[in-house]
Amino acid sequence: MLEIRNLHVKLEEEDKQILKGVDLSIKAGEVHAIMGPNGSGKSTLSYVLSGRDGYEVTEGSATLEGEELLEMEPEERAAAGLFLAFQYPVEIPGVGNMTFLRTALNAQRKLRGEDEISAGDFLKLVREKAKTLKIDAEMLKRPVNVGFSGGEKKRNEILQMAMLEPKMCVLDETDSGLDVDAMKLVAEGVNALRSEGRSFLVITHYQRLLDHIKPDVVHIMANGRIIKTGGPELALEVENNGYANLLAEEN
Amino acid sequence: MSALLQAKQETLALRLAALSQPAGGSWVSAARADALARLQAMGLPGRRDEYWRYTDPAAFNAVTPAAVTPAAADAVVPFEAVERVKLYFVDGVFDEARSDSLELAGVELVRLADAAQGESHWAAELYGKLEANGQKPVERPFAALNTAFAADGLLIRVTAQAERPLSLIYEQSSETSDAVLHHVVKLEAGSELTLLENGVGAARFNSVLEVDVADGATFHHVRTQGRDSDRRAITHIFARLGSESTFKSFTMTANGNLTRNEAVLDLTGDDAFAHIAGACVGDEGVKHDDTIFIIHGAERCESRQVFKKVLMNGAVGIFQGKILVKQGAQKTDGYQISQSLLLDGDSQFLAKPELEIYADDVKCSHGSTSGAIDETALYYLRSRGVPKRQAEALLVLAFLAEAIGEIDDEVLGEEIRTRLESWLNRHTNG
Repeated sequence: MLEIRNLHVKLEEEDKQILKGVDLSIKAGEVHAIMGPNGSGKSTLSYVLSGRDGYEVTEGSATLEGEELLEMEPEERAAAGLFLAFQYPVEIPGVGNMTFLRTALNAQRKLRGEDEISAGDFLKLVREKAKTLKIDAEMLKRPVNVGFSGGEKKRNEILQMAMLEPKMCVLDETDSGLDVDAMKLVAEGVNALRSEGRSFLVITHYQRLLDHIKPDVVHIMANGRIIKTGGPELALEVENNGYANLLAEEN
Repeated sequence: MSALLQAKQETLALRLAALSQPAGGSWVSAARADALARLQAMGLPGRRDEYWRYTDPAAFNAVTPAAVTPAAADAVVPFEAVERVKLYFVDGVFDEARSDSLELAGVELVRLADAAQGESHWAAELYGKLEANGQKPVERPFAALNTAFAADGLLIRVTAQAERPLSLIYEQSSETSDAVLHHVVKLEAGSELTLLENGVGAARFNSVLEVDVADGATFHHVRTQGRDSDRRAITHIFARLGSESTFKSFTMTANGNLTRNEAVLDLTGDDAFAHIAGACVGDEGVKHDDTIFIIHGAERCESRQVFKKVLMNGAVGIFQGKILVKQGAQKTDGYQISQSLLLDGDSQFLAKPELEIYADDVKCSHGSTSGAIDETALYYLRSRGVPKRQAEALLVLAFLAEAIGEIDDEVLGEEIRTRLESWLNRHTNG
């Protein structure tokens, strides 16, 4: 599904290398987690994959089902099946949540050469998906993320994911700022989307989210590279001992 | 006489030499003579006048207007979704043949050119009176010029709830038309009218709209100012609001070489509402000026000013908005926001918000901002699959939404939104 090879990335504005050769291979249906200390490059990886401005790829590649993502515009990456759930979902005053969802869904369909969804089918779909995430009609009517609580914003991200049905979902610190109940709700939303054809990359500081979204593979990222890969037990090791030992091993 | 005033009066003398007052009965002749006297005392403005610092009045001062090729008719006729009484003005002259008859249940309608022939008329108590009242403390010479020389327009007396909206449609036919139109609307107690205006309809267009809203009456006003890029327009609204009355006005302006929309809203009765809003989109060469003056002279009144401008390719937007709260106008609630979205580094927004308050128990707020499209929001939309241009258009419309939201009627609001959207598609996809 997602193949990242020797990815090197620096900031456009300053001569600072953030990613220094990331290799990652995620097969269809797998859930991978990336853990790591602050400043290790986790969020940068998610931004570079989704095409945010301000980063320069100096070496390497990232392909989604064989297609080079790094040469695509952000909207083309989305249409190709990539989805990033933001750590800090963006507020857009003046754009209704429903309008936003429908515009995004139809834009992706158009880019893929598919017909637009009818108003009736869209409403049915959004109501059904919103219900399972406990998103009420009021939240759907409000402007995108404006005045939403932290938990509402993250649920709204998962709703977008559920509506757009991407192949490759990247979750950037989706657990940050959530209490236990909100985290469970979000995790349930994610788990409901797990399927043979869909893969996940879960970026997180803490092991606790991985209690709810069980990963197949866990990677530890530090200083712009993946320094260790293992099974779910690796996450527990971090939880118990912190990153210090792993970082010491690396040096 | 100061040198400055002398220069202003010399400019006026040149202008007056080329004008002649229309003939009329005693009531209108008296009003025109008073207006001419006001104008002669003021002269025509120059760049050194405080309220003309940002907009050069030269095009309005000129003896003859610059020639403008009439624009093709709108592909989509404005307000077509609304059942209304349609009245056409071509180059500022009423076109009786194309217009509906001057009949509307709840409303008495008469053409100024006809009423002016009589010796008396109900409009005598308002024609030029609200304008004269609005000359202090800020002079508005082009409004006085309008009152003194307007030959056409409508006198509208609303006695009940008007059965349908009244729609004034302005069209241009001659390349050098110099239109001067003057309308008076008198809303009697408890009555209600929606007035629609569209087009600018002349190479140079000067209009005055005097509105007297009696106690408990409601006036809705929605206008679009056409997209013909060379025309110049100066418009004035003078409104007086009685107790528990409502005045709501919205203007959409797309392009035009120069547009100055002035409004003086005088809240004289307790518990009145005055809302005025505008959405302007301007491409290359556009200059758009909103100059608003709101006077709170009674208790518990609310006023709102919501102005949004989207500017690109060197367009210039101007906002001069003032709230004056007189002594004793307690519990006043005044709100003013003026914002611009600059789509490139060449465009400019000049704003001068003013508050002057002489009462001690009031709530007044004002804000003015100027900025570019939010890059983070743009990236967020694109990451969800929305192409860049579509995402930009969505954000621009979102920026304008607060102003459009000031229109109560959903059908009219949706039409304005659609018109702005298609303008953006035409001007940003190139």
